[in-house]
Amino acid sequence: MIRDYLYPEYEAVRNPDLCIGCRACERQCSNEVHRYDADLGKMVSDSTSCVDCQRCVCLCPTHALKIVKSDHTFKINANWTSEVISDVIRQAGTGAVLLSAMGNPKEYPVYWDKMLINASQVTNPSIDPLREPMETKTYLGKKSSEIIRDRNGNIVPETSPQLELETPIMFSAMSYGSISYNAHKSLATAAEELGILYNTGEGGLHEDFYQYGPNTIVQVASGRFGVHEDYLNAGAAIEIKMGQGAKPGIGGHLPGEKIVDDISKTRMIPEGTDAISPAPHHDIYSIEDLRQLVFSLKEASDYKKPVIVKIAAVHNVAAIASGIARSGADIIAIDGYRGGTGAAPKRIRDNVGIPIELALASVDQRLRDEGIRDAVSVVVGGSIRSSADVVKAIALGADAVYIATSALIALGCHLCRSCQAGKCNWGIATQVPELVKRLNPADGKERLVNLVHAWTHEIKEMMGGMGINSIEALRGNRLMLRGIGLTDKELQILGIKHAGE
Amino acid sequence: MKYDYLIIGNSIVAVGCIEGIRENDGEGSICVVTDENYRVYGRPLISYYLWNKTTEKKMLGYRPDNFYKKNDVELILGVRAEKIDPDKKTVSLADGREIGYGKLLVATGSSPFVPPMKGLDGVEKRFSFMTLDDAKALAEAIDKDSRVLIVGAGLIGLKCAEGISDRVGSLTVVDLADRILPSILDAKGSAIVKKHIESHGVKFYLNDSVAEFKDGTATLSSGKKIKYDAVVIAVGVRPNVSLVSEAGGKVNRGIATDLKCATTLPDVYAAGDCAESLNSVTGQNQVLALLPNAYMMGHAAGVNMSGGEELYDDAIPMNAIGFWGLHIITAGDYEGEAYVKRSGTKYKKLVTSGDTLRGFILIDEIERAGIYTRLVREKTPLSEIDFEAIKERPQEMAFSRAVRKDDLGGVK
Amino acid sequence: MKRIYVNEEWCLGCHLCEYQCAFANSGISDMVKALKGKTIHPRIQVEGDNSVSFAVNCRHCSDARCVKGCISGALSRDKDGVVVIDTDKCVGCFTCILSCPYGAIMPSSDHSVVQKCQLCMDNQAGEPACVKGCPNRAIVFEERI
Repeated sequence: MIRDYLYPEYEAVRNPDLCIGCRACERQCSNEVHRYDADLGKMVSDSTSCVDCQRCVCLCPTHALKIVKSDHTFKINANWTSEVISDVIRQAGTGAVLLSAMGNPKEYPVYWDKMLINASQVTNPSIDPLREPMETKTYLGKKSSEIIRDRNGNIVPETSPQLELETPIMFSAMSYGSISYNAHKSLATAAEELGILYNTGEGGLHEDFYQYGPNTIVQVASGRFGVHEDYLNAGAAIEIKMGQGAKPGIGGHLPGEKIVDDISKTRMIPEGTDAISPAPHHDIYSIEDLRQLVFSLKEASDYKKPVIVKIAAVHNVAAIASGIARSGADIIAIDGYRGGTGAAPKRIRDNVGIPIELALASVDQRLRDEGIRDAVSVVVGGSIRSSADVVKAIALGADAVYIATSALIALGCHLCRSCQAGKCNWGIATQVPELVKRLNPADGKERLVNLVHAWTHEIKEMMGGMGINSIEALRGNRLMLRGIGLTDKELQILGIKHAGE
Repeated sequence: MKYDYLIIGNSIVAVGCIEGIRENDGEGSICVVTDENYRVYGRPLISYYLWNKTTEKKMLGYRPDNFYKKNDVELILGVRAEKIDPDKKTVSLADGREIGYGKLLVATGSSPFVPPMKGLDGVEKRFSFMTLDDAKALAEAIDKDSRVLIVGAGLIGLKCAEGISDRVGSLTVVDLADRILPSILDAKGSAIVKKHIESHGVKFYLNDSVAEFKDGTATLSSGKKIKYDAVVIAVGVRPNVSLVSEAGGKVNRGIATDLKCATTLPDVYAAGDCAESLNSVTGQNQVLALLPNAYMMGHAAGVNMSGGEELYDDAIPMNAIGFWGLHIITAGDYEGEAYVKRSGTKYKKLVTSGDTLRGFILIDEIERAGIYTRLVREKTPLSEIDFEAIKERPQEMAFSRAVRKDDLGGVK
Repeated sequence: MKRIYVNEEWCLGCHLCEYQCAFANSGISDMVKALKGKTIHPRIQVEGDNSVSFAVNCRHCSDARCVKGCISGALSRDKDGVVVIDTDKCVGCFTCILSCPYGAIMPSSDHSVVQKCQLCMDNQAGEPACVKGCPNRAIVFEERI
């Protein structure tokens, strides 16, 4: 309908003095924004379908292109913003739920940016990580709280199964289906080289990737897609996905058109059928039910693999985490409301859940208060954007972090937040073969390895500055953090003092 | 005087042979005898020399200055080899020297064929067009006003016409055949090229011949009279086979050789325009007097003479030639089913026979022609490629993914 | 020796290699100045469409038919085995175009001589420009045995 017309939010702008007419932009845009007009003898653009993914900008050999935020506007209104009005118009036209992707982009507080890290001066010397050993190795899993000896008085060294990480960073769950084969391969091979783990997400594990098992976390979600005995034993750990930060409380929906070839095989569902993950696990209505699944999975994997329970950060997260710690799970993963997704209802993504910083602090405190902190490791995700976020998360009490959006950016993602369209120009969130091949996994792997190496260097430098030489010694060390511009209540939840105190 | 390797003739064949020998034998002594007075040069360059597209210095730079020295080759210039004694394994030279050989390569090339024509002996400015000396002599004899009559509308005659076109007043070509370049073109192709050459001022008399030369006028069989100042005879060439035939070696039209380029005389090899080789398209032995083949046959001979093995079994007729910017590439022969595409001066004819491409003609549309040549040479089964695509234009895409992977990712 | 190899699995068909090649061999330091408004004559050519594509350039064959068949000696293999063209000697007979089984030699822009990939050793690009400019490592410059 004519009245539903919305002016493009972003515009592709071409500098005609620089454009040499090579048409790379035209060939690379799956949204068909650019085309060569033979009559005009030049390149032209129709920005209507531009998603601002920056593919054309990056590939233009003469840097003739840029994408700008349109200055077209509705009449300025602090309450009825352009976005609000546009959403209403769209829904009036379609009657549909608004879909979007990646993490919550709204202007909520980012607590990472309101915490500052300590450094040693005079009394407690800092450590130079280039000259002295600095341990980033991290073990995840249930830790023994008591020493057990045999009859002869010798210590029994048995511990629960542990995950060994060279650095306290893992790639969090992204399913094969939501992301491409080549994206998965990049993650798997990078995890192998880095000595860390990546996570299959709920789409099962492609047979080509079983070889990366020691660096793989296999996920079991409410749809149980691709779950079978070999799958459970293929990885180093099993993760039960109870919730996801981007869309707490709801399930997932991978449309049938994306269930093609290998994806259908890997998910163990017929080609072309919608892959619907129910909102709850229909066999879990209590911690006791969860415990049954945890032990079913342990039983299936001969008690050799730690079981992770992943939840979204929601209002009473601390109490939930306490229950999980008592369910027999070895690791709790908490996903904050900024966490990404390949597709989520926009209202859910933007309005449900809580910040990971607050969730982490309260979970760690609760488990300590209850004396069960050692029963589980805590992994947090949901927008870890830099090594500083990693350091702050560990100081707040995390054992390790999950990163996904950062990893995707390393692979080429420019956060256009259009994954749900399946036409990712970077070959990540797509199953279109012509687009998938745009991500060369050799390149992808190298960039992921670079990123994690760089972060690890920075983590060591920050730890050295604090006079701390191991992740162990940083974990839960909230004295190393100070808040800035936070209310007393926020400081209380975070368990930190204000800067200057 | 005795050499491990003796080569008669200092053409491209000799270079191929020397380079072939040196791949196996860095030590053996090599001698080249030639009746010309030049280092090696590519014979087809003589028309470009006259057209000022190259110079004598550049021509003689076919191989670097130190080529003979680097390969430790004794070069005897300006002396004709007159006799082979296969029992004594010696070659007698015109200056009386007798040179012994371990292995001998006969690369004597061919000579212009001059048919008997009435009054020809009385033509003062009469030339052939084979060697650099021929070209130089022709250049000396002509000027801006010269009327030049060329007898023969084949490759040599027409390249000669192009070469001297800027130096003369008029050019006339007479040929007994009804079309030009009959050895490489079909009737349609000939017509296209003829029209193009005519647009550059060359006048053709086809289906005709010179009945008599007399006092600067050639009278043709048709009765037409053409005034000339100089005449170039370019009706054809004959392989120089006498050295071998007189020594008792087998000779057909050219010197008979096997797949290792050996003649029927022991330790005597032959290659180049004087020798016959297997035409892998037809399966017949014939003289394939073409420069690329000359090098490759010489190379194969050199390898085989020096103890290696290189079968010369994939030779095909092929030609790349151009006239005033109109380029022609052909290969194979044209016996089979033809696919023809024509527009203006662009002409493409692909001839298939069974499941292979047997030959092709490309005029003014020669890009990537080597892909077609490859199909002819390798007898690639057309059922294994996308022939419809490759008909449209030569492309790697027409091959299977595995072939492409090897072509573009393999070590070549 | 290092050579250019092409892996069609990663070729996007963006044709940027052609433009980088034309730019590198233009002798002009600014890409816009070198290529704007011009028809390019690259030494590497992309074949194919969106789904399957790849670039083709000289394979630098050790047993190069173009070198063997060259009538003027303009084509040769240098000490590193790179097949090079001396355009001063070339007379533009196109016998090499007839000979090359990959279709990797092409007429120069004015058709007077031929041109071919020389691994950017004859210009200022350093590492081959097509390799540097390939956004997906579909063209690599490496040693293979």
